[in-house]
Formats: sequence, C-alpha cells, structure tokens
Amino acid sequence: MRTSSLLVYLIALPLFSSAFLLLLGRIADKWGHILATLITASTFVIGAYEFMKMQGQAGESRAVTQKLFEWISVGSLKVNASLLLDQLSICFVLLITGVGTLIHIYSIAYMSHDKDRRRFFAFLNLFIAAMLLLVLGDSYLNLYIGWEGVGLASYLLIGFWNHNPTYAVASKKAFVANRVGDVGLSLAIMICFAQFGTVSFEGVKAGAHGASSAAIAGIGAMLLLAACGKSAQFPLQSWLGDAMAGPTPVSALIHAATMVTAGVYLISRSNFIFDASSTARLLVVIVGAITLLFGAIIGTAKDDIKKALAASTMSQIGYMILATGLGPVGYAFAILHLLTHGFFKAGMFLGAGSVMHGMDDEVNMRKYGGLAKLMPITAVTFGLGYLAILGVPPFAGFYSKDKIIEVAFNAGGLKGILLGGAALLGAAITAFYMTRVMVMTFIGARRWKAGSHPHESPILMTLPMILLAFGSVASGFLLSNGSALVHWLEPVVNSQNVEEGKPLMPALVVSLLALGVVVIGAAFAIIKYRTVSDVAPENVSEFTKAARKDLYQDILNDRLLVAPGTLLTAGLVRADDRVIDGGVRFVGSFLGATSDALRKVQNGFVRSYALLMLAGLVITVIAVWVIGA
Amino acid sequence: MDISNYLYLSVILFTIGATGVLVRRNAIVIFMCIELMLNAANLALVTFSRVAGNLEGQVASFFTMVVAACEVVVGLAIIVTIYRSRRSASVDDASLLKS
Amino acid sequence: MNILSVVTLFPFLGVLALALMPKTNTYQIKIVALGTSVVTMVLSFVLAIQYKSPASGFAFVTSHAWVSSFHINYALGIDGLALVLILLTTVLVPIVVLGGWNESEGGRWSVKTFYMLILVLETFMIGVFAATDVFLFYVIFEAMLVPVYFLIGGFGTGERAAAALKFLLYSLFGGLLMLAAVIGIYIISAQQVIGSFDVSALSHLSIDHTTQNWLFLGFFIAFAIKAPLWPFHTWLPGAAKAATPGTSILLLGVLDKVGTYGMIRFCLTLFPDATKTFAPYIIVLSVISVIYGAFLAIGQKNINSLIAFTSISHFGFITLGIFAYTSQGLTGATLYMVNHGFSTAALFLVGGWMVSRRKSAAIEDFGGLQRVTPIMAWMFFIAGLSALALPGLSSFVSEFLVLLGTFTRYPVAAIIGTLGIVLAALYVLILVQRSLHGPLKSGNESMSDLNLREKIAIAPVIAALVILGFYPKPAIHVINPSTTSTMSQMNVSDPHVLAGK
Repeated sequence: MRTSSLLVYLIALPLFSSAFLLLLGRIADKWGHILATLITASTFVIGAYEFMKMQGQAGESRAVTQKLFEWISVGSLKVNASLLLDQLSICFVLLITGVGTLIHIYSIAYMSHDKDRRRFFAFLNLFIAAMLLLVLGDSYLNLYIGWEGVGLASYLLIGFWNHNPTYAVASKKAFVANRVGDVGLSLAIMICFAQFGTVSFEGVKAGAHGASSAAIAGIGAMLLLAACGKSAQFPLQSWLGDAMAGPTPVSALIHAATMVTAGVYLISRSNFIFDASSTARLLVVIVGAITLLFGAIIGTAKDDIKKALAASTMSQIGYMILATGLGPVGYAFAILHLLTHGFFKAGMFLGAGSVMHGMDDEVNMRKYGGLAKLMPITAVTFGLGYLAILGVPPFAGFYSKDKIIEVAFNAGGLKGILLGGAALLGAAITAFYMTRVMVMTFIGARRWKAGSHPHESPILMTLPMILLAFGSVASGFLLSNGSALVHWLEPVVNSQNVEEGKPLMPALVVSLLALGVVVIGAAFAIIKYRTVSDVAPENVSEFTKAARKDLYQDILNDRLLVAPGTLLTAGLVRADDRVIDGGVRFVGSFLGATSDALRKVQNGFVRSYALLMLAGLVITVIAVWVIGA
Repeated sequence: MDISNYLYLSVILFTIGATGVLVRRNAIVIFMCIELMLNAANLALVTFSRVAGNLEGQVASFFTMVVAACEVVVGLAIIVTIYRSRRSASVDDASLLKS
Repeated sequence: MNILSVVTLFPFLGVLALALMPKTNTYQIKIVALGTSVVTMVLSFVLAIQYKSPASGFAFVTSHAWVSSFHINYALGIDGLALVLILLTTVLVPIVVLGGWNESEGGRWSVKTFYMLILVLETFMIGVFAATDVFLFYVIFEAMLVPVYFLIGGFGTGERAAAALKFLLYSLFGGLLMLAAVIGIYIISAQQVIGSFDVSALSHLSIDHTTQNWLFLGFFIAFAIKAPLWPFHTWLPGAAKAATPGTSILLLGVLDKVGTYGMIRFCLTLFPDATKTFAPYIIVLSVISVIYGAFLAIGQKNINSLIAFTSISHFGFITLGIFAYTSQGLTGATLYMVNHGFSTAALFLVGGWMVSRRKSAAIEDFGGLQRVTPIMAWMFFIAGLSALALPGLSSFVSEFLVLLGTFTRYPVAAIIGTLGIVLAALYVLILVQRSLHGPLKSGNESMSDLNLREKIAIAPVIAALVILGFYPKPAIHVINPSTTSTMSQMNVSDPHVLAGK
C-alpha cells in the first residue's frame, strides 16, 4: 500500500486554523474568515492532488495510508492514529472540501453582519477537520473520533445564536440524538474487538468471513443504529428539523451535504459486514424505506422553507440508506446519489439562504411568492437543483435516483416490489412537495409583508450557488457515464463479482415509471398551489395536521422518553434522599435514640447506682463460680 | 477447725450492711452500713488467715481498716458540706448529677 | 534520602515553615504554600523521569523499621499505578492553591491554618499511594480524614459542620472494618510464614476461601465508601456542596482515588479468589452507580452536588473496569482515575469561580454567561465535554478502554454502561444550556471574566485534558506493566478473542 505524508494536513490545517481563530479572539475578526476559507480551499487542493495521483494507479493500489503515531496499546488492543485514503474516502474528501470551500465563500457574505463571524468560521473549520477525520480514519475507533467531532461541531453551529433559548434547546437535542446513535457505534466496536481482536477496517474485513452470524448481525445492527443517529433516519430523525435553527450555511454544509451522509459512509465502509448478514441488510432497507416516506410526508406540510428542505434531506438519505442495504451493487449507487444530492441540496439550501437574505430573514414560504423576477440567479440555480432532485433527465438526480429505484425493484420477490414501490411513491411525493416549494417561493402572487424589498444576493453568495448548480446539472451524467463511479468503487465494495440477476423490468420502463409519477406529483402541486394563502389554513385533513406535527415524532419522544425520564429522575432524587441517605441517617438516629434511652440509667440517685453495683458484683461472682466449675 | 460459723456471720453482716445501703436514706446511716460491710470482709479475712496459719489475711484487714478510715473522713466532710448548703442529709435529694 | 521519601515529606517541610510564620501576612503565607507545592511537583517530575518500570514489585523502595515487634515498617515503593496517581496529586495541589487563592478567607480559622492543612493533606496523599506496608497505608488512610474534616468544617459554606461530620464518621466506619481485615491478614501471615505487613509478602500467602472473602469484604467496603460506590455514596454530595472548591478538587480528584487504588493494590492482589467470587456483584453495583449517578446529576439544582453526582457516575466506570479484571479494563480504570482528576478539577475550578462571582451555587441563578464572561463559559464548556467523554479529550480514551475491557468479560454490564454516555450528554448539556446559553439572567450582568491568575490555574488542566486525549501513550506505557503484574498475581488473563464459531 502506498504511503503519503500529505493526508495529515487535510485534518491538521483546518483543526489548527480553528483553534487559532478561537484563541486569538477579537484580534482576528478582520481577517479570520479569509484565513478559514483559504485553509479549506487548500484542503481541496490537497484532495484534488491526491485524486490525480490515484487516477494514475491501477485499481488495487489506489489506496494511500499514513501512520501518525501509536495511539492506544493495551493488551491485545493496538490502535494507531493512522489515516487511509482510498477510492471511497476520496469521493467524500472532494465533496467535503469542495462544497465546504464554496460554503465558506458564501458565508463570508451571508454572515457579514454578524459580529461573531470569526467564531462561525472557526467552528466551520472544526467541522471540516472532524468530518475529514471521519472519512480518513483507518479503523472504527479513529472514525469514532471524527464521528463525535462532527457532532460537537454540529452542536456548536446549530446553537450559534444560543442566546435564543429555542436554538440552544435544538442544539442540545441534536447532540443527544446523535449520542444515542453513538451508543450503537461504541457497541459495534466492542463486538468487533471481542470477535476479531482488532478494530481496524482491514482486520474486521479479514475476520468477517469466519465470525458467527449472530455477531455479524449484531455489529451490523449497531452500525445501523449509529447511522440512524448521525443521518437522522427513523427512529432517531427528530433532531434534523430543529437543527435548522443554525445559520443557513450550516444547514447547507452539515445537514445536507456532509455530516448527515456520514451514516451512508459508515455502512458503505462496512460493506464486508453487511454483505455477510442478510438480517442486517433487511434492517437497513426497512429503515431506509420508512425514512424516505416519512421525510417526504412531513415535507408536504412544512411552510418553513428550511424545514421543508430538511425533510427532503431526510427522505433523500433514506434513498441512500435503502440502496446500501441492497447488496454490493447498491453501495456505488448510494454514493452516486450522495454526491449528486450534495450538489443539488447544498445548492438549494444556499438558495434558500439567499431568499431569506433578500426577505429580511423571513422563513415562512407563505410570505414569499413571485420572487423569480427579482432574484433571477437564485431562482435559476434553485430551479436547476429542483429539477435535479425530481429526477428529470438529464439532470443529476435522474441518474442516481432512478438507479436506486431500479436496484430496489431488482431485489427480487415481494421485497423488491415493496421497496421499489416505496421508492416510486417517495419520488412522487418528493415531486409534489418540491414543486410546492418552488411555486410558493418563486412564482405566483406576492404575499410579502410590508417593508420587504427583495433583491438578488451579492456575488460572494451567488457564485457558489452557480457552481453548485453546475453540479446539479452535470454531476449525474459525469459520474455515471460508462458506470464510472461504479467501476471506481469496485475494489472497495467488492461489487465486481456479483451475478447480475434477471431484472424485474427493463431500466427504460423504470425510468419512464419514475418520470411519470414525478410529472403527476408536480402537476398536482401546481394545481393545488395556484393560489396560496399567506396564513396556514386551519381546516385541513388529519393527514396534513399530522404532517405539520412531524407525524407526531416530538409528541411521541416526549411521551415515551422525556416525561418518564423526568419522572424517574425526580423519583430517584427523592429516593436517594429518603431511602439511601435515610438509611445512613437512620444509623445515626438509631444510635442517638439508643443512647437517649440508656442515658436514663443515670438518674442521679445514689442508691440505684449502689443497686447496680451490687447486681454486677453478684453476676460476676456467679459467672466465675459457674465457669470455674 | 470449723470456720463455717465465722463465714456465715460474715455473710450475714455483709448482707445486712448491703441492704442498709440500698434501703436507708440518711447518708450517715448509709456510711455506718458501709462500715458494717467492710468489717464483715475483715472478719472473713481474719478467719482465713487463721485457717491458713499465716498473717497475710490480718495484714490485709489492717489495710481495709485504714481505707475505711480515709473513706469516712472524706465522705463525712462531703456530707457535712452538702448538709450545710442543702439542709438535708437524705441521699435522694442529692440527685443533680442525673443526665 | 530516597527521592520518594523526599517527595512525600517535602510538603510537610512547608507545614513547618508555615507554622513558624505569623498569621497576619496572608499573602506571604499563600506564596510559601504555593512555592512548596510547586517544588513538590517539580520533584515528582524528577521522580517520574527517573522511573523505570520494575521487573517485579516496586521501584524506589525504602524501608525503615517502625514498630518492629509487629513487623510494621515505614516502607515506600511505587509502580506505574502509584506513580501516575502521585503525579496527579502533585500537579493538582499547586493548581488548587493558585485557583482558590481567596477561598481560605472568611473561614472559622486563619488562612495559615488552611494552608497548613492543605500541605499536611498533600503529604498524606502522596504517602498513601507510596506506602507498601499495609499498616502504614492504613494509618495514613485514616489520618487523611482529619485535615479534610477541618477543611470542610472550618472553611466551607452552608451545612459545613454536618457535612464534615457525616464524611468523617462514614469514612471512619469503613476504616474500622478495614482495621479488622488488616489485623486479620497479619495474623494469617504470622500463622503461615512470619508476621508481616509488607504487601508483596502478603500477596504470596494462600488463604482459604471463607477467610479470604471476609478479609476482602473488610477492605472492599472501606474502599467502596471512599470511592464512593453506590450505595455508599451519600456522604459525597453534602460534602461537595459544603466544601470550598479547592477542597472538593482534592477530595474528589485525589482522595476518592485512594479507594479505587486500594481496590487494585489490596483487594485484587491480595485476595484474587475472593475478587473473582464477588466481581459479578460489584459489577452490578458499578453499573448502578453509573446510571444512578447520571440520573441524579440531571436532577440536581445545586452546581456542586451536580458535579459530585457526575463523579459518582464516573467512579462507577472506574470500579467497572477494575472488577472486569482484563488488561483493557484495569489500564482503562487507572487511566480514568488520572483523567477524572483533571476533569473534576476543571469543573470545580470554573464552577467555583462562577459561584464566587454570583454568590450562589443554585443553577437557576445563572443564565447567559456566554455573553458576559466568554472565557469562563468556554472553560466550563470544555470541562463539561471532558465529563461526557468527548473523543479527542482524555476521558474518552479511558472510558472506552473500560467499556471495551468490561465487554470482553461481562458484555451485558458493558452494554448498560454504554447507555451512560447518553445520560452524560444530558447532564452536561442541560447544565451548560441553563447556565451559559439563553438570555442573560438578572444578577449575572456584572460578572467579570477570568483574571490572569485564574487563567494560569486552569490552563494546565485543560492542556492535560487535550494532550492526554490525543497522546495517552506515555501514561498507558507506565500503567501497562502494573496492570500486567496485577493480572499475573491474580492468575488471570484476558478472555480469549473469539475467532469464529
């Protein structure tokens, strides 16, 4: 395996830049954002350089490693701080650094009025460092460091304006939901060590063949739990909507393109585990299918543009997770969709931020309308992203989404029909709610509140949007042409030896079906939202009410977890005081009571003392007499 | 020789003395009973000295007499002082050391 | 004189120096105390540099006869376990002196008394880790209670007298049980070989199971009260609420480690069979400690008792690692002791500064500190992150090693213990959110940020948390041999890695 000395800079540069900007404080306010953006751009350059070098190698020897130092060595557990850059991680590295740089540039303008802009950029750099560590770690434990690091960065960024108590609560919710997933990752690592004696990807891959099916299924289930936490999949999905409290660039970078896709990375990286356990794969596809529908449904009722896009992200990641559970061929398509989604979703979030910027930070789409003429660049780039997510050919989403629907149908039997059907239904609903967003925001009557003067955003904001729009247009074609991505990833996910089963229906039929449901969904939305009221209507169907309340996810969480937890805590506090400490205090009070009772012997009467003396003497004499005898 | 009579006498004297200590209230009477108990012990000591044929018991009885004398001196002084401040020689009245 | 004796007794020289000084010039007194503790720290670094893992037994051994008729010696010696704990002590005391510069004022007695008590306590703390004679250990173990009692009762706040008394009596009760066991083991050694209190000699005795169990319990309950382990924990929250922050740091950061140190040094090494018998029950108690401590931390309204309950939860992890008796578990537990010392020091230091500025320890009196005192808020946040074992900070390495080591022998306990990380996130983030985030609460407007002295005090602690997180290798390197030796004395090895069905 080749070694490189550059990999560490991918992580070290943004990490030190982050610490530097935080420690320097106000001094760095004038130039902190420039430094942060340059650092991120430099990581992109390093990533691109490594990519070039990789292209020049043959498939098997494309991976590069770098060992930094020995980290933990206790007994048979030996974990080094080492990095691994292979075909899978380079996709992520380029996505993270590329989209990251664009979002840094965007943020220079978006956050220009915020006096804490330097701190924002420090946190963004921290995020970049942690996310890169996540995808570059060569063992589950190294991945875990990055995994929690992005959780921390996400917490800091969601709660960036934490003087607002709602935002502070949202960031806490995100962190705790992530932590539940982290329990899964910890347990997976422990099972790996107990089974294989190692936690490195190589080691686990080597041992996966011979392990017991229960252990492999357990590892798979735990990894899935971790992915659910980080990628906001059912049942740990409730934090993503609230996470929109953070500034929009955060939503674009973290909660669209990168952090939330970490779960997909984890499952793809652990392909040797999932390929060895059909139980684990079944769980994965169930979670993916449920989430893609869940996200789509709640997206239909969201009036907050960011929350609508968040629901959409949840749903699209559901597609990716679904794909990863469909066997070796699925991984490449999941990654394909991940990359295209990174472009169009980040682009749409930046577009939403641009709209908010022009509309005085208003997020309610009912207060938008007719913005296309006044914000043309935003409207066009957003529109291209919209076409991509719908899956209209020849835009990016067409290539990635259709492939997933196809592979779902080809999974065979009832499972295939159910999954494929769910994916198709999801595509229809996606078309519906995304069209709704487009119509409510850019087209139709102007429902603005008084005093709004929408305007196009400055060049620093529109340039990244334009570049991402190029991605929305072209990335699908470029990556699928000649199955480029599939072949690129083959050495990592071992998809080359898979037997191609007989497909359920030809690819063309799938594409036509998909296009058909998309057109129906879009048309339905256009008809329904010809006119939009500027206040959310009260008398709507139960279905809509449920979707507005996120299908009651928060109420359920509250009833199942928060309320019992609070009761339990209060009960334990009382029990600790009354029962356990009560026991301790009882010893003290018992001794006190006993001594109080005994004290009464000292009654001050000499004669009773004399009687006691006599009694004691008599007893002693009898005792001596008895014992002596 | 048969010492049992002397020992019975000693026990009887001791018991009378002990009962007197427990029953009587006047401090001076209690002291006299204590003297009775001490002399009962003396009698026993002398008796055993006679039986053993050495003088150790009699020497011990001298010790007892000296101890009795000292005790009476100190005790009577205390009783007189208490009587002077409290006008009562009853031991039941002097119960302030209760807890 | 042996350098170990020098390190142990040097703070006592400081006590003597302070005794000779007049009590009026408090600044001079503080400087002398600070100087003594810094010199002790430097000496301990010299000790650490010269330390090489001994092939067996201890390094820097010294022994003088004390009560020769009972073969009691003043015997010192260290291995990796003792060394890291001694370093923790000598590093924390100067930080306590510097960070709590003003906490000795306004107590029942003079500032001079306060610092004399602190330095006496430091001598005892180093001595208890260095003692290789069981009786010497016992004497110092009990003697340590006295300065702490006076520190809490004389210089604390609130219900200080009651808290100090409860702490003293509870610990003495444990000590009484331990005394019985100490005498017991001496008698057994006298019956078998020759009466001795030397820990190396005692580990070679062969004791029958029933006696071993009783002796084990005698030692264990005393250490469980000290640690503290559920359900013997109720003395701690009151003591933490009443004590000054510096005292709390020494109490939770070092003194409680004596309990877990004793579990490894005495319970595991001297009574291996009893350890294996009782381990499943102790594992249950440890897991309860972890979860219970976390739940109660969430429910606390006082910042000091909240930190105390988080310590109870963390100590649950430490005993979990010890009684899993695997190499990852033991090394993880030892490393946890060091990391927790720094983590708790950071929490109590910053918490103490917050409390002294706001003149209240109730959490609801704080709010929005991020706006007013950003540096203090950041330090508190980082301390909180170390309490929830964020990877990248030192506590993650130790917590993970403990859980991993436990999983190989008691998987169910490890699974339940891992759930503790969610609860840890809750208790830290709820505290952070209430005190640092949100709008600025009235009463907090005029809080001043950290001054230079406070920044100098907290910097090494934060540095230790970060550096040991990325590069724990030196510590692990020192601890591993003592773990190996403990396991070989117990005659156990790591559970076999299950390589396939």
